[in-house]
Amino acid sequence: MSTLATSVVQSVDWAAIAPPGIVAAAALVVLVADLFLPEGRKQPLVGITLAGLVLAGLSLLPLLDGDRSTFCLVGSPADCSYVADRFTLVVQLLVLAGALVAALLSVHTLDELPAGEFWFLLLSSASGAALLPASRDLATLVIALEVTTLPSFALVGLRRGDRLSSEAALKFFLSSVAATAVTLLGVSFVYAATGTLHLEAMAKGLQGVDPRLDTLAAAGAALTVVGFAFKLAVAPFHFWVPDTYTGAPLPVAGYLSVVGKAAGFAGLILVTVVAFRPYAHVWGPAVAVLAALTMTVGNVGALVQRPDRPRSAVRLLAWSSIGQAGYLLVPIAAAAYTDPDRQIGTTLAYALMYAAVNLGAFGVAALVGRTAPQNRLTDYRGLHGGHPLAALAMAFFLLCLAGLPPGVIGLFAKVAVFSSAVDAGLGWLAAVMAVNVVIALVYYLRWTVLLFAKPGAEPAAAVRPSGPSRPLGAAIALTAVVGIVLSGAPQLVLRFASATLL
Amino acid sequence: MNDTVLQYVLAAAVLLPLLGAAAALLPPPPGLKGKNPDQAVLRHGVTVTGLVLVLSIVLAAGFDHDNPATMQASTDISWIPALGIRIHLGIDGISLPLLVLTALLTFLCALYSYFKMPAGPSPKAFVALLLLLETGTLATFAVLDLVLFFLAFETVLIPMYFLIARWGGENREKSALRFILYTLLGSVIMLLGLLLIGLKAGTFDMVALATDNGSPLSHSTQLIAVLAIGLGLAVKAPMWPLHSWLPDAHTAAPTVGSVLLAGVLLKMGTYGFVRILLPAAPEGMQTFAPYLAALAVVGIVYGSLACLALARRGAGGDLKRLIAYSSVGHMGFVLLGIATLTPTGVNGALFANIAHGLITGLLFFLVGALKDRYGSTDLDSLAGQTGAALYGKAPRMGGLLAFAAVASLGLPGLAGFWGEMLAMFGSFKPAPGLDRGAYLVFTAVAAFGTLLTAAYLLVVVRRVCMGERDTVQAAPALADVRGYEFAAWTPLVVLTVLAGLWPAALLGLTDPAVRTLLGGS
Repeated sequence: MSTLATSVVQSVDWAAIAPPGIVAAAALVVLVADLFLPEGRKQPLVGITLAGLVLAGLSLLPLLDGDRSTFCLVGSPADCSYVADRFTLVVQLLVLAGALVAALLSVHTLDELPAGEFWFLLLSSASGAALLPASRDLATLVIALEVTTLPSFALVGLRRGDRLSSEAALKFFLSSVAATAVTLLGVSFVYAATGTLHLEAMAKGLQGVDPRLDTLAAAGAALTVVGFAFKLAVAPFHFWVPDTYTGAPLPVAGYLSVVGKAAGFAGLILVTVVAFRPYAHVWGPAVAVLAALTMTVGNVGALVQRPDRPRSAVRLLAWSSIGQAGYLLVPIAAAAYTDPDRQIGTTLAYALMYAAVNLGAFGVAALVGRTAPQNRLTDYRGLHGGHPLAALAMAFFLLCLAGLPPGVIGLFAKVAVFSSAVDAGLGWLAAVMAVNVVIALVYYLRWTVLLFAKPGAEPAAAVRPSGPSRPLGAAIALTAVVGIVLSGAPQLVLRFASATLL
Repeated sequence: MNDTVLQYVLAAAVLLPLLGAAAALLPPPPGLKGKNPDQAVLRHGVTVTGLVLVLSIVLAAGFDHDNPATMQASTDISWIPALGIRIHLGIDGISLPLLVLTALLTFLCALYSYFKMPAGPSPKAFVALLLLLETGTLATFAVLDLVLFFLAFETVLIPMYFLIARWGGENREKSALRFILYTLLGSVIMLLGLLLIGLKAGTFDMVALATDNGSPLSHSTQLIAVLAIGLGLAVKAPMWPLHSWLPDAHTAAPTVGSVLLAGVLLKMGTYGFVRILLPAAPEGMQTFAPYLAALAVVGIVYGSLACLALARRGAGGDLKRLIAYSSVGHMGFVLLGIATLTPTGVNGALFANIAHGLITGLLFFLVGALKDRYGSTDLDSLAGQTGAALYGKAPRMGGLLAFAAVASLGLPGLAGFWGEMLAMFGSFKPAPGLDRGAYLVFTAVAAFGTLLTAAYLLVVVRRVCMGERDTVQAAPALADVRGYEFAAWTPLVVLTVLAGLWPAALLGLTDPAVRTLLGGS
């Protein structure tokens, strides 16, 4: 009996799977508790959500001492489906902290949104995003990706009776489902060629693939990567992003731009660098071209935004997030040419910086959105008069995104990305990125200038002082403090750029 | 003085303005409220920049003048080990004069603004930006790490952008945007070159790179690095044809902005050539030096011709714009000196750097004062048909303007003379391996440029300072030099004369350091 149990029933390392597990459990608790709470008294749900996320974050601490893996194949214990190594922990930290800040941003919008559903969906999506970096077989990876994105469709369309919101959700849904279908097709091809779903084993299998199946394997690899590129809104698959972000409730847009992206990037790194390592000569140049294309499309798209259009602030952040995704791809492309460890760390360091300051920018946008529901760029004119601290914070966030001092951490994150490109010999990509940094500065700076400009003739809604709600203020303060501390000690995130993570 | 003391003094001089900038944004503490909040914050600016000036003078006094080639007051601590970036500060005979010049000009600007705040939004932000700018410029001259140099180089962009865009004159936002975009594009490309050097040589440390004398870098690496870094520095310097951001920025900037832009920011470009490119990529410099020299002399002639065109009657020339173009010419001499790759030429370049900072700073102050009095710097409306007769209306002011003009045209005995003469000397006998024939042509063209420079400056003096007796009596009556203006300008005048009469004080500092950087040639 006991021998049967050990051979069939796996032993589960509960501590290792605690981070996504706790979030998933909190999601279920919220779902059930929502049934028993009367309408209008949903406050405890906020507490449960925040507590769940914080607890999940704390559960990362015991895992710091070393790599752990669980759900391993009984036959070959090296093939595990869930690995909690440094890479996993860093991405999980990013995901959980990002979800926490997004939750703080959402607290004040609850009057417009159905509370129970909102928190449940947010936590579900976060649990998927936390599971994703740990997955080491393609099936788990795809499932985690779907757990991350499926609740997001509902989150995007959650504003009842809002046509824009439902349209955004539909667009998001259709493009995402198409991406999943393509990924699954690719996975099935690769599985057919190698006979395994585990990433490490797949890398070995691809090296000695039957020559007759070579085309199949290569096509499978390409399709899988394309599917991930679709999810990441890499150009030319980016068209759904601006409409989805502008249609979604603002905190959800912030969540998608940070947590959604981080999860997608973790998946892409795992697929390319670990599973398809033998095909580096194929996906390396492809990712490099995609990176150049993405950053250019995103930055030019942001540059041509008209500032007086409704919701132009969020639209600009959406386009800029596409541009930033392009920078994030650069080290991944570089990983094909040199030692991948350093490059992955650079991507993570950049993602951490981007997460903090981008959520901060969304926080200030949420603050302005309280008094100016249109959230046009022109509504930010003279923000410094009404909310001096929020304006200073926003200027800092925008300059970090632009990568100019006083946003020192943004500058060093860019330096790290540039240095991976130069290190890998991708001089042309570095030059394209240099031009893009200049293009991006134009629109970030334009926005920054607006913050300090004299209030215009039209009644500027943003100037009317209306204190931020406490959670919103906390979110902005938290991200600003993280940004400032990192600017003084960039080593805190950049150390990943010199560490072995996977 | 003890080196550890100096080390703290240097670190304090770089950090103090940064802390001061943050403090300027806070409400003033109880004891220091002053007459009103505006006055309090402007006084804060004067205090902090004054302290920095004192620190820089202490540095200069404590500096071991017998060994100007060795790095002194150095601090070397690890900051971002992941990227191999260290906080490495230090000064030698090349950076010390620039450091003192920066501290002096910023202090004078703060002092000037205390009495004559440029029109625009609150002084609070003005002082904070001025101090942030000072941190960036001081750090540029004090750091010895390539990436840190880039950080310092970038730090000045945002403050200068806002100084122009918020407190400037006509067309300010467009000019400010053009300034920041040009310089950013240049400096991002420079970053690529810096990273290339750093990754290939395995260190970002300028001292280590200078000691290695470029040996770890292959020839092609050096070529690419010089091209990329040189492009970024040339935009900043500015070198013809990358100068087109400069006239607009200068014309739109407030007086203080112009002074610092010309007096300090341009020097960051030429300093980078001497500090980074000469020692770290000597072979690359050897290849590109003739092109650099050619563009430099084109800049000299171009700047002078542009000034002549602006100075003509009926051309509608703006005095600020004219001085901006004259900067293009003067910086051409600096670049020519560097491009000779000889100790003589490079010393001349460094001397001309300082002289240009003093003289052009003074000129921009004077033109700013003219603008306050006349409400315009348009040369035609200023001078009318017969000349503005400044000698009669405001004799001291007229005298100072004439003094600054003749100093700028390189009158022997004043600071402007030595740098340009040494640069041409260097070009007359360039480093071995460079084509002497070409350099002789450059020398001749540059010499012709000095004639043109003299021509337009004398035209300006004639049109602004001289004039009919009627003009003197005609309204408006002009206030002559005021007390605070004297305070702000006298140091510049004194130093211009001093550097002209006693050039050895400066050359004695730079020469040994230059010889070390050029590899003992």
